[in-house]
Amino acid sequence: MTDYLLMVISAIFVNNILLARYLGNCPFLGVSKKMDTAVGMGMAVIFVLTMAGVVTWFVEMYFLRQSGLVYLRTIVFILVIASLVQFVEIFLKKSIPALYAGLGIFLPLITTNCAVLGVAIINVQKDFNFMQALIFSVASATGFSMALVLFAGLRERMALSRVPGPLEGTAIGLITAGLMSLAFLGFLGMA
Amino acid sequence: MSIVKEFTKGLWKEIPPFRLVLGLCPTLAVTKSMENGIGMGLATTFVLVFSNILVSVLRNIIPSKVRIACYIVVIATFVVIVELLMQAYTYPLYQRLGIFIPLIVVNCIVLGRAEAFAGKNTVFASAADGLGIGIGFTISLSVLGAVRELLGNGTILNINVMGPSYKPFAFVVSAPGAFVCLGLLLCLMNIVGDLKK
Repeated sequence: MTDYLLMVISAIFVNNILLARYLGNCPFLGVSKKMDTAVGMGMAVIFVLTMAGVVTWFVEMYFLRQSGLVYLRTIVFILVIASLVQFVEIFLKKSIPALYAGLGIFLPLITTNCAVLGVAIINVQKDFNFMQALIFSVASATGFSMALVLFAGLRERMALSRVPGPLEGTAIGLITAGLMSLAFLGFLGMA
Repeated sequence: MSIVKEFTKGLWKEIPPFRLVLGLCPTLAVTKSMENGIGMGLATTFVLVFSNILVSVLRNIIPSKVRIACYIVVIATFVVIVELLMQAYTYPLYQRLGIFIPLIVVNCIVLGRAEAFAGKNTVFASAADGLGIGIGFTISLSVLGAVRELLGNGTILNINVMGPSYKPFAFVVSAPGAFVCLGLLLCLMNIVGDLKK
């Protein structure tokens, strides 16, 4: 039990997927200008990343490793993720239209979010068992969403302040992300 | 003439990841040293050129409704090729770049060029575009890698240039340092761009 708890803390704070593992930085800088879009993206990522982590784990363990096709992992995983996203989109549209409208444009964009493929690959590279893979996926996605929402809050404040000309836009965003990453570095002693 | 233009636009006007803010994850993660930066840049260039060519060849056959899925399959195929080639010939580099080699599949630059350029243009123009953007990306990664390696380690390409008395500035090679360095480089590029106007 403590192992799992440590894993959660490590994935959310110490090795935060955005700030320490550098995965999923494009949406991190792309959709963090407004709080509500950041929350939408965060929700969509939690949802898809968890499902993708579990499904790709089964594909790896029961299909790729059994049939000796591990070298095709990249191509199989991205296909699984792409079709999963498509499936989730169709399913939500039909059965939970409110959630679908909320997630909107972010759902298709998740296919090319490297956090999803990244976590799927880490899961199988580290030979996680099913529970570990599930917990690692959920915790990583939570860490992603938390960092994204915090960052959006910072950027909303920043939009109101005066920034020197050449630093405007992405440059100041990156430096802010660096400072945030520095803050997260402080969790290093915890796990 | 226009092919030259397609090639050179990737080197300054649309140089990734500065002008096109895409593909940030490998940029931040692998640029602890210049060697890693060059390796990652070349691997991405390879995928970019060949996926651009193949997408352009197939552009009239691929139905537009499922084009993104088709592009991803094309890109993933070349990424697997790069992975296997690197495992065979440059194993230490392959180990250092680690997870970021398979993640070229989801590098937005590659998919972005397939969607924005190769799907609409001729084979030669697409190849030139892919090569230009790829080399631009390699240059960016090498520059960032060189700066971080020089400040954080006192070396460039593992050759000591700062002398034995240099105290390494470890912040630059840590995770927060990556963000700050990239931000400052972007700021520098904006200043140079303003001067040119």
